[in-house]
Amino acid sequence: MSIDISQFLQTFFEESFEGLDIMESELLNLNVGSADKETINTIFRAAHSIKGGSGTFGLSSVADYTHVLETLLDEMRDGKRDVTQQSVDVMLQSVDVLREMLNALQDNLDLDHDRIASSHKQLTDLLSSDTSLPAASSTDSNAPKDSDTQEENSSGGWIINFSPYPDMMKTGNDPVRIIRELEELGNLTIELNDEKVPSLDELEPESCYLSWKLTLHADVPIDAVQDVFSWVDDECELQINEIIISDGYSGPDRRAPESTGKARKAASKEQTSIRVGIDKVDDLINMVGELVITQSMLHQLHDVEEFNQNTLERLQDGLAQLEQHTRELQENVMRIRMMPISFAFQRFPRLVRDLSNQFGKNIELKLTGEQTELDKTVMEKIGDPLVHLVRNSLDHGIEMPEIRAEAGKPETGTIELNAFHRGGNIIIEIKDDGAGLNTQKILQKAKENGLVKEGDTITTEQVNDLIFQPGFSTADVVSDVSGRGVGMDVVRRNIRALNGSVEVVSTPGVGSVFTIRLPITLAILDGQLVRVGKETYVIPLISIIESLQVKNEFVNAVTGSAEVYKLRDEYIPILRLYEIFDVEPDTKNLSAGMLVIVESEGQKLAIFVDELLSQQQVVIKSLETNFRKIDGLSGATILGDGTVALIADIVGVYELYQKKIVPSELKVIHDGGVAA
Amino acid sequence: MTDAEMQIDELKREDAETREFLTFMLAGEEYGVDILRVQEIKGWDSVTNIPNTPDYIRGVINLRGTIVPIIDMRLRFKLEPLEYGPTTVVIVLKVEKNSEFVRTMGVVVDAVSDVHDVPANQVKASPDFGTTVDTDFVKGLATVGEKMVIVLDIDYMLNSQELASLDEVME
Repeated sequence: MSIDISQFLQTFFEESFEGLDIMESELLNLNVGSADKETINTIFRAAHSIKGGSGTFGLSSVADYTHVLETLLDEMRDGKRDVTQQSVDVMLQSVDVLREMLNALQDNLDLDHDRIASSHKQLTDLLSSDTSLPAASSTDSNAPKDSDTQEENSSGGWIINFSPYPDMMKTGNDPVRIIRELEELGNLTIELNDEKVPSLDELEPESCYLSWKLTLHADVPIDAVQDVFSWVDDECELQINEIIISDGYSGPDRRAPESTGKARKAASKEQTSIRVGIDKVDDLINMVGELVITQSMLHQLHDVEEFNQNTLERLQDGLAQLEQHTRELQENVMRIRMMPISFAFQRFPRLVRDLSNQFGKNIELKLTGEQTELDKTVMEKIGDPLVHLVRNSLDHGIEMPEIRAEAGKPETGTIELNAFHRGGNIIIEIKDDGAGLNTQKILQKAKENGLVKEGDTITTEQVNDLIFQPGFSTADVVSDVSGRGVGMDVVRRNIRALNGSVEVVSTPGVGSVFTIRLPITLAILDGQLVRVGKETYVIPLISIIESLQVKNEFVNAVTGSAEVYKLRDEYIPILRLYEIFDVEPDTKNLSAGMLVIVESEGQKLAIFVDELLSQQQVVIKSLETNFRKIDGLSGATILGDGTVALIADIVGVYELYQKKIVPSELKVIHDGGVAA
Repeated sequence: MTDAEMQIDELKREDAETREFLTFMLAGEEYGVDILRVQEIKGWDSVTNIPNTPDYIRGVINLRGTIVPIIDMRLRFKLEPLEYGPTTVVIVLKVEKNSEFVRTMGVVVDAVSDVHDVPANQVKASPDFGTTVDTDFVKGLATVGEKMVIVLDIDYMLNSQELASLDEVME
């Protein structure tokens, strides 16, 4: 009997990724010199199960690679080998390599053999070196030290990109001969690139369409390699690069975050699974049991011949129980999708460690509220925006140690990530004690870009909010981490897509706080039902500040077409929902209807509706499943009577309002200019 | 060779057997859709209007928990609107793209007519009316007895830009 083990492959991948995450975080916890035995054991176990699993599934490349890592860990575990900074670095890098390998295998992509081979070699070198050697270089492992080690091992090799011009063979040179000659120098890995080969009817037999990537693992001088190509020097494109063995920090930290990002995108297409604690499942089974009991209780009433006072009471009891159990069941089902936010936070220690080394800054990362739970879907989508914000704080926020010392601050900067629940939302704060936003510079840039006109009065908050505009960057130097001006607008867009918001508060010289506000789940929304004519719309309760009846003396018209409402000290634009959604209202007279004051990203709006209905939780249904995205709507829901109600998207409604009713003037006015 | 001709060619090659079409009436003409694409037929019920969409998109309904958009075929074909009566029905169709199910949509028609077996080779390409008549939706013309049935390409019609997300169209 044979079992189709491919069905377990997905599980293997998931478990392996979890194992790699464990390895990574434990490696970061590892104290060089006096390593905790239990920590090493944990890392070892994770590596061991990846090896075992990959062997079972016939993924020999992974199994072979992990075997070396495992051997290394085994020696450390037995105390035969000291834990050095160098070995930790190499192992962290190998975690990255393994993750890439598994990602590639999962998506059926080609493995990056060069990277695997070079990392494999580093591990074997480490393994074969006696323990005293790495101890010597354990104090630090920055660039010059690395080249030392390289010289001691002196075993790099060469990566040769060899692309002959099409007519090379006409001059009597044969690429095969050259490759053979290279092979005599040492162990050669050959990768053929046949992209340029045309279809058969266009193929010229005397032309060469192929190119190669050759990896020579041999300790030979570059002259020896160049000699081989001396005959074809001017008939091909040739690049010879040294394989750097201990490439310190630059290798892993640039590649790792990028490649994990890509992999995440690819993975989102696949069917994912979720791990649920057995207690949550038990709770559910209990709930369903209760529900069945309630059902049988109600069923007894089904057979009653005649209703009397007694049976009516039993019916009411039963219905009350049904309601309670349904609600509890709903809550429990939602809990299944909930995961602690530590899943999103756990990549930051590594990121901050690598980046702060790269920038030469001292940064301490503090994580709090890691056990705060949120929906798995939200979690997956918030990862990238968070990474961006943390990088941003690291790059632009925290100053260099010297500058911090001059300003009288501790040289070590702090970045705090904090997550907590507040009023049905989850709040994530990214706080740094750096320089804060430079309002002068932002304002100047905004004027250059035409985002703000000369003479406009705008508040500091509005200035800070400008960093979320597309294409806006105040970085003097564009680094590979941030400063290209694509970023903060994408962060805001991604967070908006989750029905959330992001704001920044900054004090010059003291630091900045980015606050992300997200709904706990994407499936359910607390909504205020409002009626306009015959239509019912849902306004998310989270964005509503208050609802009020209109007093005519507080309504002012601005340039004829737009209206503002004076609420205490503020002028708030009035937005008539029937105009935006083009429906026939009961009344166009403001004092006969209601104003719902909402706020979204610092902008207050007064939405005019006919009537307020109830507040209730609604289940969000996507319009895109069978239709398409509609401006101004974030989805639809089904009401108790079975009809469909549309859910208003405040940001989208405001954009429609700007397009539909107001030319650009009002924007400036409610930015504060009219407050005379 | 036009697209329609190619499709008919395909039809002929695929099978010489008969295909079943559900036909419906629209302003006196009989139109047909592949019966395998029909999910259900239901009476007209009120819809929820979707703001800022073309008038032929009547709105959305709740079809056992999913939100399904409803298209008025008369308005879609720029015919005279007709007040909905007792025979007015909504045909709920499964729309495919590249042979994969993509979405469920409903179309409002005057009345459901019949189910016909039509041999594949009986479906003729529609004549080219030039640019004056929008015949992109027409897959071909079939002869059933004495009558002509206009066979619709529902996938083409219901995957158009106004009905699907923009990025899907760009694919």
